[in-house]
This record gives sequence, C-alpha cells and structure tokens, in this order.
Amino acid sequence: MAGTATKPARDRGVDPATAERLRTWLRQMLLIRHFEEKAGEAYSLGKIGGFCHLYIGQEALAVGTLSALRADDYVVSAYREHGQALARGMSPRAVMAELYGKATGCSRGKGGSMHLFDASLNFLGGHGIVGGQIPLGTGFAFAAKYRGTDQVSLCYFGEAAVNIGAFHESLNIAGLWKLPVIYVIENNGYGMGTAVSRSSAITDLYERAASYNMPGVVVDGQDVEKVKAATDAAVDRARRESAPTLMEIRTYRYVGHSMSDAAHGTYRTKEEVEEYRQRDPITVLERRMREAGLLDDAAMKALDAEVLAEVEDAVKFAEESPDPAPDELWTDVYAPERADAGENA
Amino acid sequence: MATTVVMEALSPTMEEGRLVEWKKQEGDKVAVGDVIAEVETDKAVMELVARAAGTLLKQVVAAGATVPVSNPVAIIGEPGEATDAPGAPKPEPPKSEAPRAEAPKPDAAPASAGKTPSREGETGASAPAGSAAPAEVAAPAAAPAATPATAPSPARPAAGPGRPEPAPVPAAGAGNGGTRVKASPLARKIAADRGLDLQGVAGSGPAGRIVERDLANLSAQAAAQAGPAAVPAFVPAGSATPHEDVPLTQIRKTIARRLAQSIGPIPTFYLTTEIDMERVTEAREALNALGEGKVSFNDITMKATALALRQHRACNAWWQDDHIRYWNDVHLAMAVAVQDGLITPVIRYADQKSLRQIAAEAKDLAGRARDRRLKPDEYTGGTFSVSNLGMLDIDEFTAVINPPEAGILAIGRIAERAVVHDGELTSRRRMRVTMSCDHRVIDGATGAQFLKTLKAMLENPLALVW
Amino acid sequence: MAVITYRDALNQALREELKRDPDVFLMGEEVAEYNGAYKVSRGMLEEFGPMRVVDTPIAELGFAGLGVGAAMVGLRPVIEMMTWNFALLAIDQIVNAAAKVRYMSGGQVGCPIVFRGPGGAALQLGAQHSQSFESWYAHVPGLKVVMPGTPADAKGLLKSAIRDDNPVVFIEGEMLYNTKGEVPDGEYTTPLGVAEIKRPGADVTLVCHAKTVTVALKAAEQLAGEGVDAEVVDLRTIRPLDTETVLSSVARTHRCVVVEEGWPFAGIGAQLVDTVQREIFDELDAPILRVTAADVPMPYNKLLERAAKADVPKVVSAVKQVLYLEASA
Repeated sequence: MAGTATKPARDRGVDPATAERLRTWLRQMLLIRHFEEKAGEAYSLGKIGGFCHLYIGQEALAVGTLSALRADDYVVSAYREHGQALARGMSPRAVMAELYGKATGCSRGKGGSMHLFDASLNFLGGHGIVGGQIPLGTGFAFAAKYRGTDQVSLCYFGEAAVNIGAFHESLNIAGLWKLPVIYVIENNGYGMGTAVSRSSAITDLYERAASYNMPGVVVDGQDVEKVKAATDAAVDRARRESAPTLMEIRTYRYVGHSMSDAAHGTYRTKEEVEEYRQRDPITVLERRMREAGLLDDAAMKALDAEVLAEVEDAVKFAEESPDPAPDELWTDVYAPERADAGENA
Repeated sequence: MATTVVMEALSPTMEEGRLVEWKKQEGDKVAVGDVIAEVETDKAVMELVARAAGTLLKQVVAAGATVPVSNPVAIIGEPGEATDAPGAPKPEPPKSEAPRAEAPKPDAAPASAGKTPSREGETGASAPAGSAAPAEVAAPAAAPAATPATAPSPARPAAGPGRPEPAPVPAAGAGNGGTRVKASPLARKIAADRGLDLQGVAGSGPAGRIVERDLANLSAQAAAQAGPAAVPAFVPAGSATPHEDVPLTQIRKTIARRLAQSIGPIPTFYLTTEIDMERVTEAREALNALGEGKVSFNDITMKATALALRQHRACNAWWQDDHIRYWNDVHLAMAVAVQDGLITPVIRYADQKSLRQIAAEAKDLAGRARDRRLKPDEYTGGTFSVSNLGMLDIDEFTAVINPPEAGILAIGRIAERAVVHDGELTSRRRMRVTMSCDHRVIDGATGAQFLKTLKAMLENPLALVW
Repeated sequence: MAVITYRDALNQALREELKRDPDVFLMGEEVAEYNGAYKVSRGMLEEFGPMRVVDTPIAELGFAGLGVGAAMVGLRPVIEMMTWNFALLAIDQIVNAAAKVRYMSGGQVGCPIVFRGPGGAALQLGAQHSQSFESWYAHVPGLKVVMPGTPADAKGLLKSAIRDDNPVVFIEGEMLYNTKGEVPDGEYTTPLGVAEIKRPGADVTLVCHAKTVTVALKAAEQLAGEGVDAEVVDLRTIRPLDTETVLSSVARTHRCVVVEEGWPFAGIGAQLVDTVQREIFDELDAPILRVTAADVPMPYNKLLERAAKADVPKVVSAVKQVLYLEASA
C-alpha cells in the first residue's frame, strides 16, 4: 500500500522523476532476479538444455547501464545476457521461450540462452565466443559514425575477455578512429573458475584504457545509481564527441559461472559468497528507497508478487509453446534472394 | 503412405508406354499383383501390375496417354491421403524389379541358386553311375533381396500374370560361376540398353574393365558378322499359374511306398519306342535350306517332346514327397556333356518357343555349358529332361532320372534300318527313344501315351503346329 | 568489349558499387593511402574519401569483426584480407559471427558483407603464404564462396557479391591480378552459384576454378592436338555449387577430372566426386580423378614448388587415364 506512515517523497529529497526511476529500476532488477531463479530451476528440471549462464547478483549493472541509452542505440553482449535482454525491454515470455527452445522464443528456438536477439530493440545478441562481440560492438559504433548519426554502441563483456586478442584489436581501432562505443567490463571477479588476479597482468582492468587512448573508469556495480551516473558520462562522451570509453563495473555473481559450475567450494568459499550477499544490488536499492520513504514492506511484497507472477506467466508461456516445426531446421541459413539480383552478364 | 505407380520398363528396350486401358478405377481396392492397366510397349500389350496394396487414389494419366518409363501413372494409398502425384515420393521399387541400369537380372536369379537340391550336374545320361562333378557351384548371385520366396522354383520372377520376364540379358557380374565382370557403370548401362552380353567381352580398362569403347567395337563386329536375322527375343505368355500342387491320394501313397521298397529310392521303369524320322529329315533339310538358320534333329525332338508334355501334364511333374507338382509350363532340361561330366541347362517355356528360338537357345546354352559359364538359374528348374547320345552312335540307352523330375527321355541315333513299311521291306531312317519314368508319379500307360503322342508328332511334323 | 586486367576489373567493380550504394565501403590494410597491397583499390581513396576507403591497423580479427558488426546494422562492408592466409586470424568472426547471426537470431539480423582478397599460391612465397582455404569456408553453411578465374568474371561476380545479402568469401589470386581478358562494357553482374562452360567438348569434363581455369584450358588445348576434346567447366562459385552444370556436362562426356589448387584431403574435388558419382553413377566410364596440390606445405625452392602445384602435364595425364589411353596411377 502506498503512502502509509511516510513523509511525501519530496520531503526526503527525492524528486518524483527520480522516484519513478528508482521504482522502475527496482522492478527491473527484481524481474531479472526472479527470472534467473526460475531459469535455474527450469534448467535443473531439464527444461532448459545446453549452457545457462545466470546473472544473479549483477542486476544493477544491466539495469543501470541500459537506462542510460536511447532506443536507437546499439547493444551487444556475451553469453550471460538474460539480464541485459530483459533490462533492454525484451519480454520475459520471449526470453523464457527461447531458453526453452520454443518456436515463440525471440530467436525462434534456434539460438538458445547464449543467442538472444531482438532487432527491434537493437539488442544484437547474445554471442558465445569470449570477446567475439567486442569487434561487433565496435562495428556498430563505426556504422553510426559512418552514417553521421549520434547513436552509440554499448558493448558488454566479462573481465576475462580483456585478455583476448579481439579486445585489444577492437579498443585500438576505437581509440584510433574515435568511435562512439562504450566498452563495459562486467567484472564479477572470476573468469569461469579463474580469479582476475590469476589471469590478468594488471588487476585494475580499467587501466588498460590508457593503451588505447580512451578514458577508463571503475564503478561499483552493486549500486544502480552509481552505474547509471557513470554510464551517462560515457554515453555523453560518445554522443557528443564520438569518443570511446572503457568502464570497469565491479560486481559479483552468487551462482556458478554457469549451471554446470558450483556456486562455491571449488574456486571460492561459501563465506566469500555470503559476504557479497550483503552487497546485493537489490538490497542496496531497497535500502535506499526505504530510507527515502519510497518503499515499505507492503509495497515491496506487492511488487515482488507482481514480478513473480510475470515470471511465472513467462514460464507457463514457454511450457505451453510449441517446438519449432521440423523444417525450421533449414530456414534463415541464407538471406532470401533479392529482387534485383537478376541482372546478368 | 501413398505410393506412386510409375510406367515400368516392361521390356528392356522400352522407353515409353501407351496406357491403353485402365483396369482399376479411382476408388478401387488394389492388392499386390492386381493388374492396374494395360500398357502397349514397343513390343506388345502388357499388363501393369500393382506392387503395393491399397486403394487406387488417382489415375495420373488418362487412357490413351503415352508415358515415358519411370513417370508416374497412378497413386495407391489409403483413402484421404494426399496425392500430389508427380512430386509424390517415389517408393523404392523393390530392388528386384528395378528396371535396367544396374546389374539387371540378378534379382531374377535368386533363391534357387544352391537351394534346389541336387541340381547341379547330377544328370547321368551315361549308364555308368559316375555322376558328373557339378558345374561350378556358383555363389548365389549377390543379388538384392529377390522377389521369389518359394524355394525351388524356376528362377524367373513369379510375378503376376502376363508379367514378362526381364529379357534374358545376362547380368554382368551376377553370379556367373564366381567371376564377376568388371565394367564401368556406363558400359553396363549400354550393354543393358542394347541387350549385349558383357560376358566374354574383352575389357581394355585396368584389370580388364570393360569400358564404353570396348562395346563400340563389339557392336561394330556384331554388325559385321550379322548373318541370319537375329532371333527375336522370347516373351512367354506364361500360364496363369505356373504350377499346381496335388496332394497324394491313397493309391499314390501306396504305390510309392511299395515300389520304393522294391526298387530303390526312385521306382523307375523304362519305355522304348522307335520313331520313323523320314518326314522329319526331309522337313529339316528343307527348312535349313531356307538359309534362315540351322535347326538340328535334337532341336526338333526337343520341341516335340515339349509339346507332347503339354498334352500329358502327368509326365511334366515333380515328386515332392507329400505331393506331386504338376507343371503347367514346360521347362526342358537338355543334357550336355562337358569336359568332366554332364550338365543340364534348361530351355524354359520350351513348349511355347519356336523351333528357331529353341535352336538358338540350345546352341547358346550348350556352348556356355561347355565353357562353364552357365548361371545357376540356367541349369535349375527343369520339369523334364532329354538326353541325346545319337551323335555318339548309341542306338538306344536308358537315362537316369533327375529328381525331383519324374521323367527323362533318352534319344538314340537316327539310323537307316530295314523295316516293313506299308507292307514292304524297305530302309527308313529310324530313331529309338527310351523314357525313364518315376513310377510314383507316372504309370505305365501314362508314359506310353506320352510316347505315342511324341511319336505321332515326329512322324507327322505338321502336328507340331497343329 | 575492353581487354583489361583482372585487377582493374576488380577495381571497376568496387568503384561502381561504391558509387551505386552509399552503404558500401572498403576496409583493410593498405587499401587507402597505399592504393592497395596489390593495387586493387588504386585511386579509390581519392575518389571516395577516408570514410569509405578505410585503412586499418594490422588486426584482422578486429576489423573483420567490425565489418560484421557494421553489416549487422545495415551497412555493406567490403573487408579486404591482404591474403587469405592472414584471414585465419579473422576466421572466428567469419565463421562464428558472419555465417551464423541470421540463423541464431531466427532471421532477425543479417550480415551482407564481402570478405575479399587473394588466396592460393604465387611464386616461392613459402608455406605460410601459399594456402588455399576455399574448402574450409565452403564447408560452412551460411557463407557463400566465390572464386573468379577471369577478369570478366571477377568484375561481374564481385558486383553480385557486394549486392548479395549474405556473407560472401571472395577469393582472388595474386597470380591472376595481371592476367588480361575481355570484359563487357557497361553495367553488368554475373550471378553467384552459376558455373560456366569455358570450353565445350565431348570426351571429358575438366572441372576447375580460379587459377586452375587457365591450367585446364591449356591442358584442353594440348589434348585437342592429340585428338581428345575436353570440356572445361569453370565453377566460378564454390558455394553454392552449380551441380547442374557439372552433372549435365559429365553426363554427356562420361568422364571427369577435377583440377584444383588446394590440398587433396577433403578438398573441393572431394565434394564434386561425391556429387557426380552419386547422381550420375551410370554415366561414368571411369572413376573421377582429381588433380590437386601436393599434400604438403608449400616448399620454397622453385622446382619443388612447381612439382607441388597442379599443372598442365598432370591434368593431361589424368585425362588420358580416364580415357584409358594411359595406365592408371
């Protein structure tokens, strides 16, 4: 119930626009959280096959960064992209159905967890090769510059990808040609089972920006407001100056690298995981909003239930959707022949 | 699932057929083997037979239409099934019937190879017991699963009525005594198309592979040697059913049991008759003088034997232990002496073939028998045997029956003998024949009547075409 | 018709397509200020400016991927690989991204890109600079692979490749750039996926592509002098393969020899052999033979290199074998 025993928001120093934003972010983060939990459950029941990389604990990163973008900006990510897909506005139904491999999935059941696409939202995947999407994101920025628009390109990758060739080649080109791209390192501390300290010659990854003539910034990824603010600055730079930025956003994932990976006990301790739970991004925002009088137990409970219902609806939708027709096997391998392809020598 | 009926190559040279008349209409039930339509080929009007059961869903072409071989003519399936005809998935024709192209006829070869008991070379035309060594026991042709299921059966497809047998183009490579002919796919195709026999063709490719140019040479030679007009390929108008099995009656069982006890496994008795061969001699000379090919006495005698057997079905039979198989067609086995023994290649449908055809076939079979190049289906499945030692000056002899046949005719030489003819002592050409009969199947009178018919035919040659 | 070099034919194609469609741009190492490592893009920087003729650092993976990204959002990049040997560095972007985004996205996102550059051997360039990888790319569903052997085909096919909405691997040849040939005047394109009979004949079909087209034609000439009439089929496009033209040719001649520049194992010839023997088995008077590079890394020494390549004597010998004029190897 709204408005019980709280002062009006204005009195607490939060203007309505911000309040609205915070509510939106909370809902988005809850959506991602519940969605990922359900996805994990579905995976253990065998409804989702293959790989499934969950975003639990990193919600503020996706929500904060994407809220800084316009609809016509480009977004590309790696394979832990359910969170970004939802935060970008893809429907939970379309995403869950894709995880289930159904014909109603956003990629018609042919992509799966690692290849979520929605061209209408300029969400361009979902890529499975570490670092493979970095040149792509660079290319989107190139296209914007080529066309003379002020679109920007947001390119996510994990912290282990900063060691792969594609990272270096792409950042060099972006810095050299001054492309409007924001590179976002989602640093959750581990590349699969290997801590950053064991794979990277320098652990303050944002410092690598110096090699490529672009600014590097580090951000607390558990605080959605901080993420948003940092991204705003980078987007602004890209839009107005056509210049790239490297952002290292430090976050944490509670679950294993993927569903095949243990949450703890192999490369990290239970205690470590528990410690980070104190910095759960949802908890952080919740606290913020309660202090600002924007949220109470009842409202939280109601919101939670609402979001859960939406996720359960998505699961039901996915369960009930059909598999792709057999001859979908053969479609979309090639583009259809063009009408003007007939001119011959 | 619906199956498409295609225009079949009902003769090896057929490229298209005219669908003369539909015998089944849309909606009719069709069983395997039913005649669906009559088709006019390049040679004759044939029956197109169903290979699938179901309902005739669609007549793809109208009566009167000319259809190239392999094109669809009908769809058979369950009522309600889709019938997108021409595109309809072609059913795998049972490989055995696959027209031409591949090694054609091994499919026809099948089962009988090696199954028919004691067939190979166990003929004894000579008195001494020495049985001939069988001609090479050919490995049953490495044929795809063949049609005929019934074990000893003449190795021609027991397909439906009126189904012409695939023309006797020997399949290159089909179990011809174990030596596979190597030929390029193209050479095989050309041979099949032209009815050429790859056996014995010299291959100029590696390891003796027969290739296209070898056949080009062959045709050129053949053309050069062309003598009398080629013997037309034989297409039997087969009987409705090839045979009829009659269970033993009590009397038969008794005779069999008792006679077997007294004489041995096959209670045999012998009937001799002497035939006046004057008219045959004259007729033969005249025929050969026409220059259209040569016919021998043996050919004529075989023809007469076959025709006589048709009239005396009781002699054209097999002993089958608990029943007797009376054959409605005559497949005459003729004994041929080979280097270390004897073999009996079979002239199928001998009763229906012309003298010319019999002569050609006998010559070919005998030649190949001596060269050990007969295929199993060529020396199995006879319904009656003949053996001729006339050329070796034997006056008369008794031949040993080839089980499961019930009889064999031993033919002696044609000799000028002093006989009383029309009341006068004169010299006439005479031939003695002795028939050995399995008493379990043929009684004395039965055999005698057969011989009487035979004698009448040979003494009045026009009776052969009566 | 003008007689121009293969190089100039490509140059014309590029210019015409950049003029025709503002979304088309050329990118690669040395393409702009250097006028192209092999001068294919000579004069283009001048005509189109640095935004459309773009020099890159040596970073094949980076700029190939950048091109794929640009194509995904609607531009039509032409990415030059200085040679296809170096494209190995970019192969992840070609095979894992370009070839697959359409399929993985359920048809939402395409990739109308051309990767072009010289492939195969030249003269004594050594093992790492002499490789033919068309069979690698032809193996991948989602890609098209085009290999012109003549100036006319080079121009017409490159124009078609640029206009095609699929990712196209366009493999030229250093040894081809200087060859000359007649090229039609005016605007024309050559369709992808269509082979061409470069020389009709009756006795044997020689199937070839790119550099081996000349080899096959020379062999045919020599064979004609010996009474053998060879038909030469230039594939032009490797994927999709114009099986119809090949099959109808071999069905007529009954004998086939494939001539290719690549290594024998799982090469283009292996694919052709499967298709021909499977589809028209009965038309064959002899097994299909392949003349390929020797199954070794390319040696430096001139004589060894010559021995390693598919050449006219080898083709002539193979033809004679399938005609049974010579014993099989």
